[in-house]
Amino acid sequence: MMNFKHVSQWFDERLPIVAHTIHHLTSYSAPKNLNFWYYFGSFALLMFVNQFITGLWLAMFYKPMAEHAFHSVETIMRDVSYGWLIRYMHSTGASFFFIVVYMHMVRGLLYGSYKRPRELLWIVGCLLLVLLIMEAFMGYLLPWGQMSYWGAQVITSLFEAIPYIGPSVALFIRGDYTISDVVLNRFFALHVVAIPFAFAGLILLHIIALHSVGSNNPDGIEIKDNLDAKGVPLDSVPFHPYYTIKDLFGVSVLLTLFFAVVFYMPEGGGLFLEAPNFEEANPMATPEHISPVWYMTPYYAILRAVPDKLLGVIAMGASLLVWFLLPWLDRNPVKSIRYRGWPHKVALMCLGISFVGLGILGMQHPSPVKTMLARIFALVYFLFFITLPIYSRYEKTKPVPQRLTSH
Amino acid sequence: MTDQACCDRSRRQFLGRMSQFLGVIGLTALSVPFLSSWWPSAKTRDQGAPIEVDLSELPPGGLITVPWRGKPIWILRRTQEELAAIATPDPNLRDPMSIESDQPSNMQNAHRSLRPDILVLVALCTHLGCIPNYQPQAGSVKKKWKGGFYCPCHGSTYDLAGRVFKGVPAPLNLAVPPYLFLGPNKLLIGHE
Repeated sequence: MMNFKHVSQWFDERLPIVAHTIHHLTSYSAPKNLNFWYYFGSFALLMFVNQFITGLWLAMFYKPMAEHAFHSVETIMRDVSYGWLIRYMHSTGASFFFIVVYMHMVRGLLYGSYKRPRELLWIVGCLLLVLLIMEAFMGYLLPWGQMSYWGAQVITSLFEAIPYIGPSVALFIRGDYTISDVVLNRFFALHVVAIPFAFAGLILLHIIALHSVGSNNPDGIEIKDNLDAKGVPLDSVPFHPYYTIKDLFGVSVLLTLFFAVVFYMPEGGGLFLEAPNFEEANPMATPEHISPVWYMTPYYAILRAVPDKLLGVIAMGASLLVWFLLPWLDRNPVKSIRYRGWPHKVALMCLGISFVGLGILGMQHPSPVKTMLARIFALVYFLFFITLPIYSRYEKTKPVPQRLTSH
Repeated sequence: MTDQACCDRSRRQFLGRMSQFLGVIGLTALSVPFLSSWWPSAKTRDQGAPIEVDLSELPPGGLITVPWRGKPIWILRRTQEELAAIATPDPNLRDPMSIESDQPSNMQNAHRSLRPDILVLVALCTHLGCIPNYQPQAGSVKKKWKGGFYCPCHGSTYDLAGRVFKGVPAPLNLAVPPYLFLGPNKLLIGHE
């Protein structure tokens, strides 16, 4: 009789996926003090899976043609069985994906997860953020509503700010003199094939990098420095069952919130689905007020805060790209906020406030006062990265323990 | 293979380098069709062909919007007073002589048009491409407003020749598309 063990052994000799899965779940030694903030990595993976599956199903009913796109979305909402549920899971999923990813980044900032030896892990994460923003932007054009159209018009116009070659770059990206069927077609292809494929590959790299350097923890010390006789970190537990069960609990809470939104407030109060997008795209009329979806408003507010087009575009790009440099900007060897000095705590607080402030301002119609506020917040945002290399050198830190504090 | 002199190493190295070089050239050549396909197609270019517009119904002070290449194009017949107002440029204009702005070279003049009264503009704000509003009434946007265009998205302002004011996010004057007159009241927009 062949039992499971024989089958899996036969398999592993030829294709070692079972062994690998076991290696990365059971034998992956995770620090035993991972707290609430460590939910968001697995939440992000769950959101990716949600977007992938619901997106695949939407692509079965959606028509990427300017003439039909808006109406095919209406058909999905009204005529396709459970089409409304699949679409709302996708649109809510986009916002939740960003919430979860931003929380995941806050975790990295609090506990210094970007620092040596996790610089590449952090950079792959930054690439994932950039791809996520591109994916969300291109996906937002597909329903072909007024905000889809004018949002794409505004963002593709940004390329025109490049000196000399700008107008040609914009023409190349659009493949037409304006946002049209041509752009809709290529954004659809990029949104459903190219970016998800690259995204999945980067997720794999993110996990490979994580599992080779090991998870950071709220104390920000390397658990690999204290091993037992078998070479297993003393302050670790196997990922399965400890963290699979923990994550399962977290997922149940997340999905409760997620479906509360899907069922009771799918428009998210106008934040997740914007009102002008319930009107079909009209190239001859701009909506009263153009604003991107909430997760992009901080960058948009920075763009608007600068009174020069080219400099505004540069500032907006820099606000994202500067994250890639973080591992080298922070010169302090202490990772966790628990043992950092007050300057870093204050700086992180200011960064958080300015990011949220920019996000709120980016949704609103500009006024002189709001523009001034956006300029102050943008300045604070960049000051974080500018001052970090200076104060982190001289910062007075608390003594870091040898072992995790909660045994 | 052992490291002994089994063969001519420099020859192998040369052949290896040459194959890499040709491979890169091949890949570059292969990328041409893929990248070229992103430029406007023949059909798109055809749909962007020049259009004829009849102006006989357009009164002085009146503005019409026609689509060309999917963009809204304004045609404004300016009144004598409006022409007098733009003849002396406001000191707050960013580019009063339209030196940096986008217009056919024969329209780089004070009224930014072929004929002083008829103004043709691409109705997209040079900031981020929103459609500005036509605000001919004095004082309708702010105090001392002499009539012009106001973009509701980010507050850029232009005078009645589409020239941008200082202190607003838009960097350039509104673009003037290429056009010519086929008759006193007939325009051909898009003719290069």
